[in-house]
Amino acid sequence: MLDTTQSSGTPMLSVSHVVQSFRKSENNRILVLDDVSLAIKEGEIVGLLGRSGSGKSSLLRIISGLTPPFAGDVTWYGEKVSGPSEGIAMVFQTFALFPWLTVRQNVEIGLEALGIAAAERRRRAEEAIDLIGLGGFESAYPKELSGGMRQRVGFARALVVHPRLMLMDEPFSALDVLTAETLRTDIIDLWTDGALPIKSILIVTHNIEEAVLMCDRVLIFSSNPGRVAFEMPIALPHPRDRQAPEFRDLVEEIYARMTNREGPGAPLHGAAAPHADITLTTYLPPISTNVLAGLMEELADPPYSGKADLPALAESLHMPADSLFPIAEALHMLRFADVAGGDITLTEAGRRFVAAEVEPRKALFAEHLLAHIPLAAHIRRVLDERPSHRAPWSRFADELEDHMSEDFARDCLRAVTNWGRYGETFIYDEQVRQFSLETED
Amino acid sequence: MLFQPAAVGNGPAPVRSRFFTPFDLFAFAVVFGLLALFTQSTQEALVPISDLDRTPITLDPSALPEYALRTTARMLAAIIASLIFTFLYGAIAAKSRRAEMVLIPILDILQSVPVLGFLSFTVVFFMGLFPGQVLGVEFAAVFAIFTSQAWNMTFSFYQSLKTLPRDLEEVSSSFRLTGWQRFWRLEVPFSMPGLVWNTMMSMSGGWFFVVASEAITVGSTTITLPGIGAYVATAIDQKDLVAVGWSVVAMLVVILIYDQLLFRPLVAWAEKFRFETSVGGPPPRSWVLDLIKRAHLFQFVIAPFGRALRGAARMPLALPVAVPRPVGVAWSSRAMDRIWSVLIAAAALYSVWLIVRFVATEVGLSEVFHVLWLGFLTLLRVAVLIFIASLIWVPIGVWIGLRPKVATAVQPLAQFLAAFPANIIFPFAVVAIVYFGLDPNIWLSPLMVLGTQWYILFNVIAGASAFPTDMREAAASFHIRGWHWWTKVILPGVFPYYVTGALTASGGSWNASIVAEVASWGDTTLRAEGLGAYIADATTAGDYPRITLGIAVMSLYVIAFNRTLWRPMFNFAARRLRLD
Repeated sequence: MLDTTQSSGTPMLSVSHVVQSFRKSENNRILVLDDVSLAIKEGEIVGLLGRSGSGKSSLLRIISGLTPPFAGDVTWYGEKVSGPSEGIAMVFQTFALFPWLTVRQNVEIGLEALGIAAAERRRRAEEAIDLIGLGGFESAYPKELSGGMRQRVGFARALVVHPRLMLMDEPFSALDVLTAETLRTDIIDLWTDGALPIKSILIVTHNIEEAVLMCDRVLIFSSNPGRVAFEMPIALPHPRDRQAPEFRDLVEEIYARMTNREGPGAPLHGAAAPHADITLTTYLPPISTNVLAGLMEELADPPYSGKADLPALAESLHMPADSLFPIAEALHMLRFADVAGGDITLTEAGRRFVAAEVEPRKALFAEHLLAHIPLAAHIRRVLDERPSHRAPWSRFADELEDHMSEDFARDCLRAVTNWGRYGETFIYDEQVRQFSLETED
Repeated sequence: MLFQPAAVGNGPAPVRSRFFTPFDLFAFAVVFGLLALFTQSTQEALVPISDLDRTPITLDPSALPEYALRTTARMLAAIIASLIFTFLYGAIAAKSRRAEMVLIPILDILQSVPVLGFLSFTVVFFMGLFPGQVLGVEFAAVFAIFTSQAWNMTFSFYQSLKTLPRDLEEVSSSFRLTGWQRFWRLEVPFSMPGLVWNTMMSMSGGWFFVVASEAITVGSTTITLPGIGAYVATAIDQKDLVAVGWSVVAMLVVILIYDQLLFRPLVAWAEKFRFETSVGGPPPRSWVLDLIKRAHLFQFVIAPFGRALRGAARMPLALPVAVPRPVGVAWSSRAMDRIWSVLIAAAALYSVWLIVRFVATEVGLSEVFHVLWLGFLTLLRVAVLIFIASLIWVPIGVWIGLRPKVATAVQPLAQFLAAFPANIIFPFAVVAIVYFGLDPNIWLSPLMVLGTQWYILFNVIAGASAFPTDMREAAASFHIRGWHWWTKVILPGVFPYYVTGALTASGGSWNASIVAEVASWGDTTLRAEGLGAYIADATTAGDYPRITLGIAVMSLYVIAFNRTLWRPMFNFAARRLRLD
């Protein structure tokens, strides 16, 4: 097997000034990645950390040669990448196993493409299967395996082609907490033992602890459009202890950076961020009002009594830390809470909301919705102005899609529809896909 | 999927130690018996056409096994042809955007063209290709069956290719599978369950057409190919009801064998290609598949083929030359798109002009209007009959579907009845109409839904069986009963299934109108006024302009009917009434 002494220093892959965008119309493009440059050396694990919408998965697909960038270059050992390269293998978030092939056949598929003879194929597959702890499952079909075992097949399939760089696209995020932890530890152990036939790993994740646990270097992405906003070396020796103070400090710092309103790269300060940056086309996370109310209630109660540290709150709620972000962000936008420096604080309005009964809660919510979410105010204004008090869903979707992708526009409208229904600000009829005001009949 | 095979015993675990199992004995007999019979029936296709006259169809029941085999061989040939067509046409349509612009609308129209309409053209074409040989006529019959199967198989394949899971596509490209490997490792396996299901559905329609195509008169040419269809036609000529009865029995046996030996195993086997990972109900089983997996002999015979096929699928074959980049860029430019659109439009206009000119040689404008009126009459029949059939079968289907035990017993029967070629039973109805002196305009009509109503029944049964128990319990606990229960609970629940069944039934009924609106018994011929009769008469007279006109009008009606009624209902069901 290969020697994997840390950072021997030869750059294997470099990404320079990559821009990715997709076309909305003739002269309107939506920017996904903006001027991203990075290099990967032999012998390191690099993490790409960012929230959804930061384009990190797009970047991974550009690096792997699956999609071409709009501008900029990717070079692999000095050669420009123009399609999937030999020596790069990928592990997928969804496992992406062929359900009609057995474990062994799934593992062998990459070798078939290389035209390797059957006997050799079998020997190497057996080796990878044993290495990754799948021995005995060779003739099972993926649907007979648990999620963790399926992802092991995904790893074996990537390792068997002896890639020099292994790309991982959120490989543990579809697994439950325990399974993910076991698999993660196994991979790190194999890596530190030098048992993996690879030189470097590039892992995309939105899980902060995972990044700190595995990586030698973490690149934090900002969202909309995606940029490398901050680079953070992680110099802790393996195996890393999650409870160690230096580990916690790093997690805290990354939290703070990722909730920093001025972007992960800006200097950190404790003050609450200004709210002025929400516009008509700001992305609204589609979070149900039940969840918003639930988090506010949790925050108001002891032990938090109005203020909580995000990583600690996540742990006590048994939620993956990163899934708290969109909820906290929605509360922040609605000014029921302030989020800054990795902390979340209930505002005065938030406290009043928690204390109120059903109807006053709705009234307060409606008030904040119209005052602070420009899209909701916009829909309401359009409905007020029209004599029929009706407007089709597509009218607003089209407007949003000039500035964002279809999926994002749908998310925004889903969020604002749910919130508007709760606040009884307007009505939405799914069958005819139309917004309207309550009519008195 | 709707298919619910009867439970087949699980049987003991594979016996590996003994050299020769009892299964082997059976397997041996089956393999070599079929081989011998098949060789014989193919040899007979290579004789000159005059031989057909020298050996006329005999009504002796002992000849039926051989006729049945000939019919079956035609079906098999058509299925293979359809499969090859599907792989080529579907793949091209899915992979080339420009080809897709042309191929998919064509396929959509072809689906709506009455299959029997093709027959008159193809008989002449294939007989011209192989003058004086039975082979030409055989090809024409096979082609007729092909046209009843290929289109929806191709659609199914195309749709699967367009909905390939993105992550598997990415795996295939990131591990750099060649196009050949990708096709056999990803695309074909992914489309397999849909393809098998559609093949099975097509097949059950196919029996109808094989019976119709074995005895056909086009102008001065009358062809009777040895087969069950020709046997029935001869029985009708000679007014022999007993012989018709024998053919019914033969057909029953053939369909049963086909189902057991071919489709059950295929469906059970295709199960492993199902993409969803969740388990819904017990997987379909097949005793034949178990047999194949268990008997040493089958393994011995089949395994080498399997190995060779798998090996072929693994070969990293790729196009030897890559398209140079500038050519690729120019080819996919927008200017080329516009040129392509103009070319398509020009070709379409030219074709319309050709058709109009051809039809106008014989037919005036007033006849065109008359044909439109006839089409309306047939439309009326189809609509009324589907409505009546729905009134009858929806409540019965619901009743059956909500009782799992009854459903497992009835469901295979309903599917079987849907596959049974109703045209074999037509003589009984004709005899009755003649005997009682009934009005053919009304009483010939039910023949159109005779074979197709079962699609409604078995789809509704499937829908009612799949109806969630908790919703039934909720309805019961809130005392929802009677009319309310039907309109608010069960009808919305089975509606998506009903639409699928009714759509298939109405398509089949249009086709059946060509043989149902004109029916004969000996020298008595009954005729109902309608487009089906018009096409049938034009076919018998060999009047091509009128055949063309009739088929074109019928296709238009089918398309209009589908677009204005079925498709909106389908979309509504898919959007609003899905239970998942």
